[in-house]
Amino acid sequence: MSFGAGVRLLPLAAAFLASARVVAAEIPLGERRSGYELMARETRAIQDDDATNPGMLWVLDGETLWSRKAGAADRSCADCHADARESMKAVAARYPAFDPARGRPVTLEQRINGCRTGRQKAAPLDYESKDLLALTAYVARQSRGVPIEAAIDERIRPFLEAGKEAFHRRQGQLNLSCALCHDDNWGKHLAGSAIPQAHPTGYPLYRLEWQGLGSLGRRLRNCLAGMRAQVPAFGADEFVDLELYLMWRARGMKIEAPAVRP
Amino acid sequence: MARAVVTLPAQAKRGEIIEIKTLAQHSMETGFRRTQTGELIPRDIIRRFTCTYNGVEVYRADLHPAIAANPLIAFTTVATETGTLTFQWVGDNGYSVTEIAPIRVE
Amino acid sequence: MTTRREFLVLTAASLAAPTAAKAQLDPNLAANRRAAFQEALRRIVGDAQVRRGRVKLTLPPLIDNGNSVPLSVAVESPMTAADHVKAIHVLTEKNPLPDVVSVALGPRAGRASLATRVRLADTQTVTAIAQMSDGSFWSDSAEVVVTLSACLEEGLI
Repeated sequence: MSFGAGVRLLPLAAAFLASARVVAAEIPLGERRSGYELMARETRAIQDDDATNPGMLWVLDGETLWSRKAGAADRSCADCHADARESMKAVAARYPAFDPARGRPVTLEQRINGCRTGRQKAAPLDYESKDLLALTAYVARQSRGVPIEAAIDERIRPFLEAGKEAFHRRQGQLNLSCALCHDDNWGKHLAGSAIPQAHPTGYPLYRLEWQGLGSLGRRLRNCLAGMRAQVPAFGADEFVDLELYLMWRARGMKIEAPAVRP
Repeated sequence: MARAVVTLPAQAKRGEIIEIKTLAQHSMETGFRRTQTGELIPRDIIRRFTCTYNGVEVYRADLHPAIAANPLIAFTTVATETGTLTFQWVGDNGYSVTEIAPIRVE
Repeated sequence: MTTRREFLVLTAASLAAPTAAKAQLDPNLAANRRAAFQEALRRIVGDAQVRRGRVKLTLPPLIDNGNSVPLSVAVESPMTAADHVKAIHVLTEKNPLPDVVSVALGPRAGRASLATRVRLADTQTVTAIAQMSDGSFWSDSAEVVVTLSACLEEGLI
């Protein structure tokens, strides 16, 4: 970088810029860490044991809903998908996925609602409703331990690029970008908590702050509110694009759903 | 719908100390939180948890608002005889949940 | 010296919701909660002496979130009919209420223990008290540092 006229300030400015890491750099694949590793030993223990993980309460509800008939078609998930432990294995690891009918990627929640309206002829479940969270948690649980897939083809690439742009864009009253904290300053502390790299390996997850289970959408809305930026609605295209980018950024990392986080 | 989950071994040797972990789905509203407009949200908590073993109470916990949401209660009991362990959670606003688990003791 | 602006703000605050304002601005909050803790302790042990030992209270020293802190208590005891733990109590000194949980147990428990998750309002000391079958009381305390996470949800919903 050149500084032209302000030559006297050059050494100071250069030193500052070098230390501030102005240019956002992607985390090298080998250095990626799940937020799990930043948690206290005791909190990790809660996630590791299904008997103590509160997220399992939602997973069990999802298991019940899986077999419950719904809608005008009077069909349950099980009627088409049989045993979720077989049919849903590795599914959550490849979402958001391209939906040809919509011509864009959709999240797991949106896919579930697609089945509700299209196959079961039932009303879609509200975002963050108990039932949608339960079904999403149950499906995601079947991918536990499976590495995140990131099959990017020409159809989905533009949406990935849009998500990447959103991740790096400065926004809000504080003029922050996701990358500034989560690519450049992960591991450092903000208000007493360590900044994670922000990989969505555990969603939907039980957040101690929420005292309940929530989706990645809910967490992203929290982030944007914290950044004092505009908060899109649940399921907004910009969120799905961002989720796609986040999952691509976390490719190869293992699904932990339902995770526990502070 | 899963209102509570209990984890314990299905069988044990007589005299063995077994670990029991229980989870109940409950917001444990403290009664100290306020709405956006300043109104107090009333207390709504689980007040008592009991474990009875073939009808005999072997463990009881009285809970207060300081117990976190979706409470975990983990404890031990001696496997004395084959039978049924009954777990009950009772709380405000008529909350009452019962879970039953069989145990085989040889 | 109070400026005119400060005076007007103070007056407005004192007129609006006096009890709520009083609760938040109570300069005696810490002292009141400590007193409540002492009273709760007295309710449990009466005039008996509480000895340190035999009880092990485990809490993470630096916790991720005060909403849900894993806590466990284990008490050394043969848990026989003649010598066992009758009750375990957990108290705090800075929460709005001092009582956290009280457990009633006996020889059928095999081991005198409890594991749960608690809410802690602030950096503070948590105390566990065991009541023995012979009428004696034993205790342990643990210090916890409570921090606040960033990017919270308040004001969003």
